[in-house]
Amino acid sequence: MRLSGRQIDCTRGGRSVFSGLDFEASSGEVLAVVGPNGSGKTSLLRLIAGLLVPAGGSVDLEGGDVELTPPEQSHYLGHRDALKPALTVHENLAFWRDFLGGAVGDLGQCLTAVGLGHATHLPAAYLSAGQRRRLSIARLLVVRRPVWLLDEPTSALDAAGQDLFTGVMRDHLSSGGIIIAATHTPLGIDARELRMGGGK
Amino acid sequence: MTSLAALIRRDIKIALRVGGGALIGVLFFLTVTVLMPFAIGPDLALLTRLGPAILWLGALLASLLTLDRLFTADHEDGSLDLILMGRTPLELACAAKALAHWIAAGVPLIAATPVLGLLLNLDAEATSAVALTLLVGTPALTFTGMIGAALAVTLHRGGLLLAVLVLPLSIPVLIFGVAASQAAITGPMSFGTPFSILCALSLVSLVVGPFAAAASLRHGLD
Repeated sequence: MRLSGRQIDCTRGGRSVFSGLDFEASSGEVLAVVGPNGSGKTSLLRLIAGLLVPAGGSVDLEGGDVELTPPEQSHYLGHRDALKPALTVHENLAFWRDFLGGAVGDLGQCLTAVGLGHATHLPAAYLSAGQRRRLSIARLLVVRRPVWLLDEPTSALDAAGQDLFTGVMRDHLSSGGIIIAATHTPLGIDARELRMGGGK
Repeated sequence: MTSLAALIRRDIKIALRVGGGALIGVLFFLTVTVLMPFAIGPDLALLTRLGPAILWLGALLASLLTLDRLFTADHEDGSLDLILMGRTPLELACAAKALAHWIAAGVPLIAATPVLGLLLNLDAEATSAVALTLLVGTPALTFTGMIGAALAVTLHRGGLLLAVLVLPLSIPVLIFGVAASQAAITGPMSFGTPFSILCALSLVSLVVGPFAAAASLRHGLD
């Protein structure tokens, strides 16, 4: 499986963020998108996720399910956690499992894997920032998607949480997954770098 | 299908919990209707004549009150991004969200109508006529209102804009809803004619609403 972008132009608010960008990542590979603030890391991830429309160029996923678009085969872990404070930890995760569909895993196991096994019946409103992030990571585990698009995945995580997440990423890569991560801190895993320009 | 059922279940659950807003609409409806007799005065005949219009106006404003959160809440916490990326067609997801909103916020309005009818000196027959027109007409309010909610999703405090966008679209529903209720109470027109048009308006909005909302959500991507 190979995810690639050719000559991608991104324009936001009438201003060119980047242009002529090429990238590619194959099964079992991590592409770390690095660069200063405002260089378009988040824009690139949202563009691959189909949440922004490119001004030019295209993103292709070879070897995936031909019936599905690349965004439909991807997980997007953004700055916002997509959690409802009124629902419990269990209800939040169960909703995304049922809504996203496809191949799903065991909910209790995934919550235990991210260290939230003790808090399943707590409303998400009471979670700390790190726990919210852990619950978002559980979403990546409970529904299987080959491509992971991660935007600052380790922000708010403690040292143990970062180790845990490194393990989660390793498992995903060894099962043939692709990870594209925008990050400022090292991921603790071998990664190819995609350096974004200075913005403007 | 499971994904749509999950979306409907989640939205209803959130609406019914603390701060969810399902009860806010009913309370607003109650307040508006209770205040009317005080403003109009103790003229029972006049109250009976104005009753259906007051109930319809109250229901319309109450459904607008909670509609602006339909997509904004999901946009703010990032859920909308995942819904857009999902394998479920966005049109169906929009329809599911509107249906959940109608069940959580529209049905309680209809259930409250018999009680409020008493305050407006409406007899049982008139009240049931109004309740029936609301049952048929409120889905049209929700599904056309959804278009405005989708357009205003990226704006902070888009509630007022929503009202300006949606109220003109609600005028036909209001006209035929009140006309059907009046026909049942005083005649001389038959109840069936305006009621059929009201049904038609609802059916059209059920079809057009999800497509228009999905299109404006996609267009608003940024």
